[in-house]
Amino acid sequence: MSGDTAETGSIPVPPLKERLLARLPYWIVPALALAGLVLIGDPSTWGTLTLAGLAMGMLIFIMASGLTLVFGLMDVLNFGHGAFISIGAFVGASVLLALGGWTGSGSAVLTLAAVLLAIAAAMVATGGIGWFFERVIVKPVYGAHLKQILVTMGGLIVAEELIHLIWGPNQIPLPRPEMLKGSSVLGDVVIERYRLLAVVLGAVIFAALRWALVSTKLGLLIRAGVENGEMVEALGYRIRRLFVLVFVAGSALAGLGGVMWGLYDEIITAQMGLNILVLVFIVVIIGGLGSVEGCFIGALLVGLMANYTGFLAPKVALGSNILLMIVILMWRPRGLLPAGKG
Amino acid sequence: MAEPLLRLSGVHTHIGRYHILQGVDLVVPEGELTMLLGRNGAGKTTTLRTIMGLWRASAGTLEFAGNDLGPLATPDIARLGVGYVPENMGVFAGLTVRENMTLAARERVLDRARLDWIFSLFPALTKFWALPAGHLSGGQKQMLSIARAMIEPRRLILIDEPSKGLAPAIVDALIQAMLELKRTATTILMVEQNFRMAQALGDSVAVMDDGRVVHSGRMAALAADSALQARLLGLSLGAHQ
Repeated sequence: MSGDTAETGSIPVPPLKERLLARLPYWIVPALALAGLVLIGDPSTWGTLTLAGLAMGMLIFIMASGLTLVFGLMDVLNFGHGAFISIGAFVGASVLLALGGWTGSGSAVLTLAAVLLAIAAAMVATGGIGWFFERVIVKPVYGAHLKQILVTMGGLIVAEELIHLIWGPNQIPLPRPEMLKGSSVLGDVVIERYRLLAVVLGAVIFAALRWALVSTKLGLLIRAGVENGEMVEALGYRIRRLFVLVFVAGSALAGLGGVMWGLYDEIITAQMGLNILVLVFIVVIIGGLGSVEGCFIGALLVGLMANYTGFLAPKVALGSNILLMIVILMWRPRGLLPAGKG
Repeated sequence: MAEPLLRLSGVHTHIGRYHILQGVDLVVPEGELTMLLGRNGAGKTTTLRTIMGLWRASAGTLEFAGNDLGPLATPDIARLGVGYVPENMGVFAGLTVRENMTLAARERVLDRARLDWIFSLFPALTKFWALPAGHLSGGQKQMLSIARAMIEPRRLILIDEPSKGLAPAIVDALIQAMLELKRTATTILMVEQNFRMAQALGDSVAVMDDGRVVHSGRMAALAADSALQARLLGLSLGAHQ
């Protein structure tokens, strides 16, 4: 133990270099965007690619935010998360296709109402399925990682087959509502309406999640539970109930992400959740397990990297996010902003 | 001696294939500070964790204020008024000092008068109220961990080696705080290897060895009998005195 004065009176202030290094993760996204501008050269192309990257990143963040909390709080490797993405997309698509009159009307109010209804239906369905999934599939394998991988993978396969059973084996086209098609041109930068909506929605969800985690007692409990669940229990809180709540919320967010991703791709398949899950896991690992802020930064990095490399070097685009993950883990082995485990 | 608040009878605890507690009989009198002493690996921490429900007893009974703790989950035991300060302090590093204290107060708001009393015992907590607990030094974390257990009136506080790894000046500050806590007639069961601290604070004492309580009595009697100390505590005393 260091000197006594440090015990009772003061906290040693870390050197400036150390403090700057600690803040570095927050500067990576602007730095990557700046590097993109230098490499791409043309500001209008860069602007279009950046918006596309941010939109993609925000959608991945919506899907990954729940998974990172489940990972951090419950120490559960849930490969079944992909099922919630697919089911959310199919439930949302059913609602949107049923409300084809509203989405094709060109009315902003009706379009918004249809999209919100689709999102609500998807979130209710995936939240409910998430509750069932946690109780029946995940609960018996708490603390056993290998079993978790096997059993949640099994759950994902069963969910995919159920989708085939209910909606048929074929992929379903999901055209965007009229109001969300098209784009505007700001200067020379093409701004797609839907991408703009995705950026706004992702930012709102991030702000809401951050507010809930920082400013509410429930958020306080979740952050404490991510660090040391045993101590939370010793303070008199029933952490199992918190687990279920977070699992349901995470599943509902995945469902929301599924609807948004379906409209982004304009086509949905039963395997879409599994396909996106790779990116979702990369984001969760890059961000640091249990960290919503880290997940947000990681998602934006992945979105921007995919779009920049897709333009600059299409042949390396596929592996660019794996490369990004390797570089970040070599620098910070626990991810950008890991939630501290006590 | 006061009436027992906590009574363990024939408690056995297994952790995996290891049989750690092998029939612990322990009585903690109400309103007193009971010291749980013994060499490393004797089962002291396991005893506290078993009382708290963090490890389940495989046999025996644990009775607290008329309640059978055996079937209760940890949160239910805490809600009976049992506070716990673990060996590793269990401080939430990413949460501020205020947030750590708020969680410990559960649904109640922080009691201003009680908070002022705690601040008078641990002034450092006032200064670092808004800082993440991870920024605190080891001694300050220990103070926060104990303060968390004190923020609400508890019927029993379990404290696991509070002096571990701390400088002598900090141990003195902790002793003063504990003496203050004792004045509130809170029942305390404390694991300790620092005999100076045990002697200064303990009313009664239980000594463990090989997963059993091998001696119980008054702390003053043990402190006055160096031959008994040597027989019961042997090397561990020499190392920590």
